[in-house]
Amino acid sequence: MNRTLKEKIIKRIFFLFAIVSLFILGLIVVFLFMEGLPIFRTVSVRDFLFGMYWYPTSEPPEFGIWPLIVGSLVVTFFATLIAVPLGILSAIYISEIAPGVVKEVFKPVIELLAGLPSVVLGFFGMAVIAPWLQETFDLPTGLNIANASLVLAFMAVPTISSISEDALYSVPREFKEASYALGATKFETTVRVIVPAALSGISTAIILGMARAIGETMVVLMVAGGAAMIPESIFDSVRPMPASIAAEMGEAPFRSDHYHALFATGIVLFFLTLGFNLVADYVSNKFKEVGSGTL
Amino acid sequence: MLKKTVFTAIAALALFAFGTAAFASTQVVVNGSTTVLPVVQAAAETFMKGHPDVSISISGGGSGNGIKAIIDGTTDIAMSSRFLKDKEISTAMEKGVYPVPFRVAVDAIVPIVHPSNPVNNLTIEQLSLIYQGKITNWKEVGGKDLKIVIISRDTSSGTYEVWEEKVLHKAKVAPQAQLQASNGAVAQAVSKNRYAIGYIGIGYLNNDLKGLKVNDIEASRETALSGAYPVARPLFVFVQGWPAGAVSDFINYLVSPEGQEIVKKEGFIPLY
Repeated sequence: MNRTLKEKIIKRIFFLFAIVSLFILGLIVVFLFMEGLPIFRTVSVRDFLFGMYWYPTSEPPEFGIWPLIVGSLVVTFFATLIAVPLGILSAIYISEIAPGVVKEVFKPVIELLAGLPSVVLGFFGMAVIAPWLQETFDLPTGLNIANASLVLAFMAVPTISSISEDALYSVPREFKEASYALGATKFETTVRVIVPAALSGISTAIILGMARAIGETMVVLMVAGGAAMIPESIFDSVRPMPASIAAEMGEAPFRSDHYHALFATGIVLFFLTLGFNLVADYVSNKFKEVGSGTL
Repeated sequence: MLKKTVFTAIAALALFAFGTAAFASTQVVVNGSTTVLPVVQAAAETFMKGHPDVSISISGGGSGNGIKAIIDGTTDIAMSSRFLKDKEISTAMEKGVYPVPFRVAVDAIVPIVHPSNPVNNLTIEQLSLIYQGKITNWKEVGGKDLKIVIISRDTSSGTYEVWEEKVLHKAKVAPQAQLQASNGAVAQAVSKNRYAIGYIGIGYLNNDLKGLKVNDIEASRETALSGAYPVARPLFVFVQGWPAGAVSDFINYLVSPEGQEIVKKEGFIPLY
């Protein structure tokens, strides 16, 4: 067997693997749509997306997921608000300020945090944060937006921090050296040169962190409280979409309207995360440093 | 020589493996309601001790999943905390499947509050109004001046269905009700919250919770079996067609005095 033939065979094999995984993912998407779309025979897209009431098992049932969409967005928004400063500042610290030893410890520890099972974090939110919130603010319930946002922020920080850190780390030395040569201080160099140069990577990190928060299921199921209504304060309970799907799918009669409605909720979630990923892709291309700064 | 010894050893091992596989040959797959699961789990453990040739694997995915699996033929026994729905019966008929129900225990659903709550009794009417969001403060039902936090189950759980049928009479739960996905989660949430009211299967009652009387009747074995306690339901296992072999043996064991002893130990109400 000559070398070119070998090359060709190996190429084909890799191509085959790539195609198989794409094909399987494609099938999952097809399945999602096949199981979700039939609900729109019963309710209109408008009533489904913007309906205020989710009573899938009542007579007659109501399939409005607007409170669930709002729940997902609100929780993700507040989680991002907490996680972005923490994630980016810790990335800047690790990449620019921390001495070698500290860096050696912090970096793997933060990456390890990303591996914490979400059910463990959820349990922590339920057993520790909920009673604490309730006592401190004298609330009727500790299972609310604030709690879910805090726990989701814990989950998003490692993602944001480690991707941002990689981005900061890949800013070429020349940039830094040029800045110092012009007499800039370390602070000025970090804020005005390094962070802007790494902006595309940092934005990607934020959006991927948000995507992780919006798709997270176990945490919101355990600590968001699960009330299917539009919240009026940060201490109200909400029911994000993944929580609703996870809680109800097990007992929804097979191929009933309820079952289709849950899959359709999955489609909405799919489009939301797809949107996040497209934005991440767009941002990372748009703000890409060209020349030696290319990531 | 060495080669030969190795070969013999491998052959012996293989024979041993095949031998045991052939010995524990009968597989019984059980799926369904997480309410019924602890009973079947405990019963399966003792049953397998007496029948080493049978291996029972149990998973809980909810009543709906269990019944679906029985209709699809992917499980041998389905656990369910409710009877079949019309739609499930028609699906089964279409597929030419005949699910046979066996009643294995009775479950009573108890409204629960935090132990510090002074309320001891609520009528069905009061419970219904609380869950519809029409009574919003504990002082309206004889308690302290505290807001009521309603904790309910996901609308497709068997426990919710019983609550909807026997307490709410098909009225809708207020949208501000919190949702928990299991009996254990409701118990956990109520035990940590003095504003809360929830409902769980009688088997999940513990010292961190206070069970309420309903219409002045305390949930107990006698009141649930006699029908006096208003929020009780039978628990079922379903099989496809009339059971035979190991499946039949196991169901017989579940309804035997020994099996019913397990039902009692798990906190449910035995049939006799």
